[in-house]
Amino acid sequence: MAEITYREALKRALREELARDPEVVVWGEDIVAYGGGGAYAVTAGLAKEFPGRIRDTPIAEEAIVGVAIGAAMGGVRPVVELMTINFALVAWDQIVNHAAKQHHMFNGTINVPMVMRSPAGFGRTAATHSQNFDAWLASVPGLKVVEPATPYDAKGLLKSAIRDNDPVFFIEHLQLYGTRGEVPDTEYLIPLGVSDRKREGKHLTVVTWGRMLVETMKAAQKLATEGIELDVIDLRTLRPMDLSLAIESVKKTNRAIVVEEGWRSIGLGAEVVASLQEAAFHYLDAPVARVAGLEVPMPYARNLERATVPFADDVIAAVHAMMANQY
Amino acid sequence: MNREELVSLYRQMVLIRVFEDKCAEMYAKAKIAGFLHLYNGQEAIAVGALAALRPDDDLVTHYRDHGYALARGLDVPAVMAELYGRSGGTTGGRGGSMHIADVSKHFWGGYAIVGGHLPLATGLAYAAVHHKTDRVVLCVMGEGSTNIGTFHATLNWAQLWRLPVIFLVENNQYAMGTALSVHSSVTEIYKKALAYDMCAERADGKDVLAMRDAVARLAERARKGEGPALLEAVTYRFRGHSMADSDVQRPREEVNEQKQRDPITMFLNDVLFKQNLIAQAEVDQIQKDVEAEVEAAAQFADASPEPELNTLYKDIYAQSVENMQVDGSLIRPATVLSRNGKHG
Repeated sequence: MAEITYREALKRALREELARDPEVVVWGEDIVAYGGGGAYAVTAGLAKEFPGRIRDTPIAEEAIVGVAIGAAMGGVRPVVELMTINFALVAWDQIVNHAAKQHHMFNGTINVPMVMRSPAGFGRTAATHSQNFDAWLASVPGLKVVEPATPYDAKGLLKSAIRDNDPVFFIEHLQLYGTRGEVPDTEYLIPLGVSDRKREGKHLTVVTWGRMLVETMKAAQKLATEGIELDVIDLRTLRPMDLSLAIESVKKTNRAIVVEEGWRSIGLGAEVVASLQEAAFHYLDAPVARVAGLEVPMPYARNLERATVPFADDVIAAVHAMMANQY
Repeated sequence: MNREELVSLYRQMVLIRVFEDKCAEMYAKAKIAGFLHLYNGQEAIAVGALAALRPDDDLVTHYRDHGYALARGLDVPAVMAELYGRSGGTTGGRGGSMHIADVSKHFWGGYAIVGGHLPLATGLAYAAVHHKTDRVVLCVMGEGSTNIGTFHATLNWAQLWRLPVIFLVENNQYAMGTALSVHSSVTEIYKKALAYDMCAERADGKDVLAMRDAVARLAERARKGEGPALLEAVTYRFRGHSMADSDVQRPREEVNEQKQRDPITMFLNDVLFKQNLIAQAEVDQIQKDVEAEVEAAAQFADASPEPELNTLYKDIYAQSVENMQVDGSLIRPATVLSRNGKHG
């Protein structure tokens, strides 16, 4: 098993699915010519391997998503890259009013087997290029929403997303593309809708996803040296969300913190907290806590940016507070 | 076209007119609710356009879609039952008036976000090319949709990739209640396509044969790989935008003048009678038959049961996933659902 980057894992998933199924096509802005393949180089080199099936599109997100929906209705399996998740807002009508509605509104007669890949998160890119829309996307019936945190999960989940018969929004993260992890050389799939325990521990449950898993794992390592063992649950799929592991974990640890990068109020963490207390209220020794992003438009300045989103230290502080019964 | 084909065009237009009048009646009787956009006055466009296409050519329309459904040969009682919100409807009562569809007849639906369906139609055209078929796609919209960004993004893309799609703009001269000269800087709508180097034409939307000829010509070139086209059909609504429209904004003289050029009577007088293709007795018989057909459709709709409540969560997803709950729509675990006693 070799260690590869998150970016390379995504590319391998695309390559394998392109080779497996002639219906798969990959479209997006600047994914062929620019820099040899994509603003974040996920598609680098693929156009040469699969001529005509990897195509540059106009900068017109509503058309990228909409044309892909129509192609999917006609039996093609488009994977579209939206250069950043912020640009998905330009396609919001297509995502919410069209992709998510087709199957139910037309009584099961129309399928939309497509994947929208897009990076969320920050990188000194200021207010309009640093956002997380996981909560918005995951609130829409008809969409499936996936947000992998590791190269292993990224590859296995992207392959499943491409084979899925529903519209899947596949959230990546700018800060994760260069992260490394072990990925088998042999083919594997990870089913959508199945959460994963990334670390076993008995003192406190952390429920998280995406980049915050990486920060949580750093925190867990540090806390372990103090004798605090975190039980870390990675949701991986945000809709449909599998909370079975998280609930089971809370019943064991009796304490939980939800860690997310996005804005705190009305965020996805609030949904997780509500669900945990509905399912395991009598097991809880403390209110479920949240670590989340500050509710400000993201500033450009380095120190302000870092102050806006949570890191491992924020997780550690929250764990310390909870263990000291300060909630 | 031979006599039978021409008479068939007439019959289809009469069917649409009678159907729409029945809809208005049933809306007033509260059998039909929500938004109801009627096609009176525009019948020649759907009938002429679809007469020029093959049954396997794909059709995507705006929300004023009853005329296209009937001209495409959808089951008339099922269309009416859809308007009633009944299980016997074209989509089991889920879509209503604005979302009639029958994929088995290559009618991929009426869509209700202005301009939102244009890229979908273009994607279907891509699928036709990808699968090496020679199908073309007819994408219908009102002139109001030519101002929205999606229109321009889609036309650019369709021309860039030379996809076999015909954008048919029904210019009825009002976007809801806003006159063309108030909402568009370009009032000859077909010219907007010229900005994208797209083949563009304008035709009399009240002339069923002109519509048929124009669509046939544009479909032939699209089928040969010569790319998309935009066809502007100049027309007029005989009723308000929807049944909720009091229609006070259009001058009465203008409406009355437009009604003098009725596409159905024009075709009957100027073509069928003029060329001795039909006798008054047959015209009367068609009217009688169509009225009976529509009455039967209304009775079917009325008798059709409402959809079962337990189908509410069906088909939110085409593919269930592991751990998905009964319906797949909720993100909470099943244990919670069953305890709350809801949605079980």
